[in-house]
Amino acid sequence: MFEFKLPDLGEGIHEGEILKWHVAVGEAVREDAPLVEVETDKAAVAIPSPRAGAVVRLGAAVGDTVRVGDVITVIDDGATATRAGEARSTAPPAPAAPTAPRRPVPAAPATRRLARELGVDIEVVPATGPAGRVTPEDVQRFAAGSPPPAAPAVASAPPPPAAVLPAGEAGAEAAFAAHAASTIPLLDIEPMPDFATWGEIEREPLRSIRRRVARKMVTSMILVPHVAHMDEADVTLLEEFRQRERARRAGQPGGKLTLLAFVVKAVTAGLRATPAFNASLDPFREEIIFKKYYNIGIAADTGKGLVVPVVKETDRKSIVQIATEIEDLGGRARDGRLEIDDMRGGTFTITNVGPLGGTAMIPTINYPEVAILGMGRVQEKPVVRDGQIVIRRMLPLTLAFDHRIADGADAARFVSEMVRQLSDPNLLLLET
Amino acid sequence: MVMGSLRQETEVAVIGAGPGGYVAALRLADLGKDVLLIEERARPGGTCLLEGCIPSKALIHAVELCDAARRAREIGLTFGEAKVDLDRLRAWTASVVSGLSQGVEGLLKRRGVEVVRGRARFHGPRSIAIEGSEVTGVDFRQCVIATGSRINELPAAYEKPVWSSADALQLPSVPESLLVVGGGYIGLEMGLVYAGLGASVSVVEFHPRLLMGADPDLVEIMVKQASGRLHEIIYESKVVGVERTADGFRVDIERDGQRTAQEYRQVLVAIGRRPNTDKLGLENTGVVVENGIIRTDRECRTADPDIFAIGDVTSGPMLAHKASREGKVAAEVIAGHGGAFDNRAIPAVVFTDPEIAWTGLTEREAQDQQVAVKVGRFPLAALGRARTLGRAEGLVKVISDAESGLVLGVGMVGPAASELIAEGTLAVEMGATLEDLMVTIHPHPTLSEALMEAAEVAAGAAVHVAPRKGERQGG
Repeated sequence: MFEFKLPDLGEGIHEGEILKWHVAVGEAVREDAPLVEVETDKAAVAIPSPRAGAVVRLGAAVGDTVRVGDVITVIDDGATATRAGEARSTAPPAPAAPTAPRRPVPAAPATRRLARELGVDIEVVPATGPAGRVTPEDVQRFAAGSPPPAAPAVASAPPPPAAVLPAGEAGAEAAFAAHAASTIPLLDIEPMPDFATWGEIEREPLRSIRRRVARKMVTSMILVPHVAHMDEADVTLLEEFRQRERARRAGQPGGKLTLLAFVVKAVTAGLRATPAFNASLDPFREEIIFKKYYNIGIAADTGKGLVVPVVKETDRKSIVQIATEIEDLGGRARDGRLEIDDMRGGTFTITNVGPLGGTAMIPTINYPEVAILGMGRVQEKPVVRDGQIVIRRMLPLTLAFDHRIADGADAARFVSEMVRQLSDPNLLLLET
Repeated sequence: MVMGSLRQETEVAVIGAGPGGYVAALRLADLGKDVLLIEERARPGGTCLLEGCIPSKALIHAVELCDAARRAREIGLTFGEAKVDLDRLRAWTASVVSGLSQGVEGLLKRRGVEVVRGRARFHGPRSIAIEGSEVTGVDFRQCVIATGSRINELPAAYEKPVWSSADALQLPSVPESLLVVGGGYIGLEMGLVYAGLGASVSVVEFHPRLLMGADPDLVEIMVKQASGRLHEIIYESKVVGVERTADGFRVDIERDGQRTAQEYRQVLVAIGRRPNTDKLGLENTGVVVENGIIRTDRECRTADPDIFAIGDVTSGPMLAHKASREGKVAAEVIAGHGGAFDNRAIPAVVFTDPEIAWTGLTEREAQDQQVAVKVGRFPLAALGRARTLGRAEGLVKVISDAESGLVLGVGMVGPAASELIAEGTLAVEMGATLEDLMVTIHPHPTLSEALMEAAEVAAGAAVHVAPRKGERQGG
């Protein structure tokens, strides 16, 4: 009997959602045959069976969230344990052998239930209660991935309700109690009103990509003082050049020579000139980490949520190469076939909602990066050139940046340089 | 009766209507499941209600009244000698049992649980054949096995009609002399009942002490009290032969290789129970059985994810309250609410006089597992309420983690120990510390104060215990 535990899926991945089982209970499975598809915060992964044998049990249903280390499948590989009917003893059961079991961690039953509901192994939760007792707040904190407070129990949260509530309600109450104890002055987190009072509602669990995005955005907005700097690039010449080349290169790799590929190149040039936007701030060591590589993340809408695949080493790639990679990554993002490594190592992010509409937007930084560029829609606009009103193709740009490590002047220089490059394709040639 | 094959379908089939099975069925019904309950006996309630805990406690209550009347002499009240009307006592006990059983029937009925009488046997992983019922088979989506346990068959050395505990509960007669084979809780409880009814009772035990699961200090106090009511306790001995004589039994008892023969009017055998897993057709399912015990996980799930098992057929103590809790866990897991049997303490209670109860870690287990503990003992002799009851013999002790003060276990012997152990169980379950027990106000004057006092002793902060000479208390 082999208990297959969800393996480590890579750095920072603690859990995943079961997308699809390739096997059913009772079926035989070959070694290395596809067993299950799990969607993690970053990608969908197919996990092969580590053993050959009969599937005795599936540890989770489609849609369930499983954590690394959870038993997801039990496979009867013919090893040990008797099945019913074989070698049944007629002797009375022997008393349990006097082994020395590890003492379970002290925690109230309601806290243990909360841990189960949040998929947390309570035995590994750092405890702040007296005598090593795990509190509901400890479980919440652990589930949210935050470290325990340095000093024991800063704020005294209200105890969880003693009344027996339905599972979800109890969890929500405890979650609220844990978070309502925040120590940020004037921060007032109120419990959700009962929206059903005013009409029909539907509840859907916050899972997978959506949950990941939610956490990242809250973290980014709370930790990072955002400033947005806006400008417009005149891309008339660039667009003429691009359309001409596009027609010529149709059908070839990177033939869909997108404007985005040119912007990636211009951003890379800007980052080389202004390293502060290709950095991260380590608030614990009070250090700025400058990255000497240029990996540009492209926010992609997949229909299942937002993912950010990364084009690596854009300083060493041609615009055509970059265009080819963006096309490949975008396609795989839509099909849910991105690998985890495709989404790692970014130093700066571009979000291009322009094709979907909108003149300008203020994007939120993809923490722990320090800047993000938002591209609006290219539109023909009347602009003044040499005292004349002329029609030009204008691209709205917004740079949102972390004011902790850069100032408005840096942003102005960065964006102006980019606007200059995008206005004159010849300048971009110099970067290739 | 409809002959031929009448098959039924149900969402959940529960096999066994004991304190595990009927609780699971009720909870499942409450959670919206379509439930079919299969029970072999004519009434629900299982061993506990029909031939175990409940009737034995009724008899023990009767005997305690006799004892209390006798003891009353010491405090200036004299009653006449108690006369026992066996027929009325038997009838009253039976009425207690049938009242409770009917209560369970009513609960099942009001929730729409269909009860089928018959003997269940798995035909396949999703179907059960039922013998002795007009419903011959059930197809289920999920199943809960709660078939309980039965009294161990008598070894070949015994000859009928010796009594089992179930026989003894029927009060066939009060024999002049009775040998109880087995010094576990069933043997002791029944032995003391018959002693209280006037029999000269002897207990023979294979081990060097009684109640092997309990701490010796608790057992010692109980034995000291009870031995006055028993003819003798024969330790480290086993019965090697039982022969029918004209007016009773001749019993060969072996000790250290020496055999002696004794005559008793009646013999009661209480040598344990075994799980009912052998005639269930489990070989037709994916359920894994080891040494007769069904292997389950924390969710009470067997190796077959749609078949659950609870109570005496699973590992752990064969106790009704453990089965009931598991029944609720299984029901909640089946209904998709999640749940786990992650209980930290399963209390054990022995209804001897005085009662013994313990929960969580025992002192002996702490030694065996080399857990560093601090134990606080509080004698009932120092407790006002115990004195006013004229029952000052007894002890409450708290076993705590030596470092953190976490309450790991509680043990007690004395009046109402069966009730008082609940607070100890809550303390262990909640992860309470000695301080939690000490700070909680316990009503005065009650027996419940003993637990608070014992916690103070363990913490070295007791006011009602004299410190040893030259020793100042901390805390």
